[in-house]
Amino acid sequence: MYLADSRARTSAQGAVRSPAGRRRAALAPTVLALGTVSLVTDVSSEMVTAVLPLYLVTGLGLSPLGFGLLDGIYNGFSALVRLAGGHLADRGGGRHKWVAGLGYGISAVCKPLLLLAHSLTPIGIVLAADRTGKGLRTAPRDALISLSSTPGTRGRAFGVHRAMDTAGALLGPLVAFWILRATVDGYDAVFTVSFCVAVLGVLVLVLFVPGGRHDTVPARQRPTLRAALALLRRRDLRRITGCALLLGLATVGDSFVYLLLQRRLGVPDRWFALLPLGTAAAFLLLAVVLGRLADRVGRWTVFLAGHGALLLAYALLLTSWHGTGLPYLVLALHGGFYAATDGVLMAAASDCVPDALRSSGLALVQTGQALARFACSLLFGAAWTVWGDRAALAGAAVALAGCAAFCLVLRPRGEVPA
Amino acid sequence: MTVRSRVLVLVSAVAVLAAVALASVLHASARADRRDRPQAGGPRVASGPVALRGAGRLVFRNMAWGPHRDELTAVPAGDPDGPRTAAGLKCLRFHAASGTGVCLQAVHGPVSDTYRALILDARLRTVHRYDVPGIPSRARVSPTGHFAAWTAFVGGDSYAGTDFSTRAAIVDTRSGELIPSLEAFRIVRDGRTYRSADVNFWGVTFAADDRTFYATLATGGRTYLVRGDLRRRTVTTLHANVECPSLSPDGTRVAYKKRVSGLPKDAPWRLYVLDLRTLRETPLAEPRSVDDQAVWKDARTLVYALPGDYGADLYQVPADGSGRPRRISRAAVSPAYLG
Repeated sequence: MYLADSRARTSAQGAVRSPAGRRRAALAPTVLALGTVSLVTDVSSEMVTAVLPLYLVTGLGLSPLGFGLLDGIYNGFSALVRLAGGHLADRGGGRHKWVAGLGYGISAVCKPLLLLAHSLTPIGIVLAADRTGKGLRTAPRDALISLSSTPGTRGRAFGVHRAMDTAGALLGPLVAFWILRATVDGYDAVFTVSFCVAVLGVLVLVLFVPGGRHDTVPARQRPTLRAALALLRRRDLRRITGCALLLGLATVGDSFVYLLLQRRLGVPDRWFALLPLGTAAAFLLLAVVLGRLADRVGRWTVFLAGHGALLLAYALLLTSWHGTGLPYLVLALHGGFYAATDGVLMAAASDCVPDALRSSGLALVQTGQALARFACSLLFGAAWTVWGDRAALAGAAVALAGCAAFCLVLRPRGEVPA
Repeated sequence: MTVRSRVLVLVSAVAVLAAVALASVLHASARADRRDRPQAGGPRVASGPVALRGAGRLVFRNMAWGPHRDELTAVPAGDPDGPRTAAGLKCLRFHAASGTGVCLQAVHGPVSDTYRALILDARLRTVHRYDVPGIPSRARVSPTGHFAAWTAFVGGDSYAGTDFSTRAAIVDTRSGELIPSLEAFRIVRDGRTYRSADVNFWGVTFAADDRTFYATLATGGRTYLVRGDLRRRTVTTLHANVECPSLSPDGTRVAYKKRVSGLPKDAPWRLYVLDLRTLRETPLAEPRSVDDQAVWKDARTLVYALPGDYGADLYQVPADGSGRPRRISRAAVSPAYLG
């Protein structure tokens, strides 16, 4: 434990001032392999996501309304799965690859199952299983990224991974609609191709991502659940988790942002479906740049600046100015927010979790953030009902500014102020 | 394993996966050929002029396989399963009244499908064109032909997301002025203004006064029948558990689908008629779950679609709860009786 502990300490310092020559160091092959796995898997899953409403309504003749009722319950379950995935990956001296592989595998198997499910309940179960796979794999995958890159280049490594991931998410719908165009009611073909692509993702993981580091942790020191829980006694991780949680409580869900964009800025209906693409494009373009910046000026600074971008987006949504460029600006800021926070938070959290508990630690931060965002959605929806959309957004903006200011004061040790 | 053998495994796996993927796409595209050939024993369909005026005509989307699949077709109202005249215009959803039609159709773009609504004159010429933000669900024209409405499903955008919403639009067919979403209207529930982010509207139906309409409002997991006022831009809740209302020709009753407890989640609806004065509900004789916005053939008869071999078939049932349902036409959906 002592060894891992001291290494984490150096990681944190490495983040501050990386040797000039190291910054140009080549990206670890594992990061590229994991990026490829995520890219391929996102093509597969976004293919299904893109055609699912169409499939339910025109393919099966089902009414998709009321489908999201179980989402709330499922979010809680998903959080538990994520924590379990993180802990399982740490046990046995780093089974990250195999737990992540299990997660990717479950999601892959779900695709052909969609062909067999013809009514709402089985489809709901298949989608829940798909998301269980995603919950299981996220923390071990991020742990692998952080363990295979040097502390000084982690921001960039996560940036590259997130950019590749987002590229896959943008490609998926294109492939799906191309198949629908080439066929008649080709949903079966979409699901089959999606399955083949998902299998490819699992294969790349199995073949090109190195396995666990059995040599680094002796068997008797294998992490226990208690050790994982004891992570919260570390001041730095507690602060990071606390801040992620606080800021998550003031992060309005994506669908609300798009709804507000349309209502407040009058985005035409035909563009509505393209709004998430705007966010994704900005995320894709900025992820690597901001990841590198985080390596250079400090992860916490970039992380908080990302929330500043989100705050600015809220402010623009609150103004009564209706310029034509405004929706683009809001989407760019929204994508920038993700680019500056999603991978960067993982890089920052990696700095204060020992190697042996990396997956559990990252799962903890992710889960805290996800639950806080879910709570925010509920609160925001309630505020909307009582006070209307403008007041609800103003409230969220004030909360975000307050939380960001608080986190600026509470920055983890080892990060220098900008 | 060496890098070389790993690459070898990957390449062979890619070859197998690509073959499976290609086979599935080819299999699905071969379906196109089959569907372009008329099926034996199916309705006869021939090209010809179709007009949205003239009593005793029934116009619907033809779903029979063949070259006129998905086109608007007209039949005599007295012989709905007889030979069909195809107009050459493809619509996913359709409705017409008093020489005005609304046609919701898919536009196959380079990136993905988009949808649009066409307002048609009596000779099926496009008068106005609007973007529809999602998958078309319901279409309706007011008895006067002066207003048209449509509903679309707008999909969720999260990973394996399951949150969907609906958007209902109303257009003045004379001026072309569009109300893109009924969510802009003030909602009055129990005498007070009601606001919520989870408000959804669908299934608009119009009265003959060019001012009043009815629709479904969903919020907080419940549905309501609302009466809308186009001039004051308000909707007022009238009755709970009403979806896809359809106003009778005399404006006194609403046919609708009601969610009946104890039925399976996939097929939860039964057809009912609600008397707007007494709010008395009458269950109709159709024993199956109906997911359609019914149309009134006349003051006593309702027509609606149920799933069939080629997508959907049309059925009719008396509006007073008596009798039994009868299939009137196969491979047809979105009917409109012209008067």
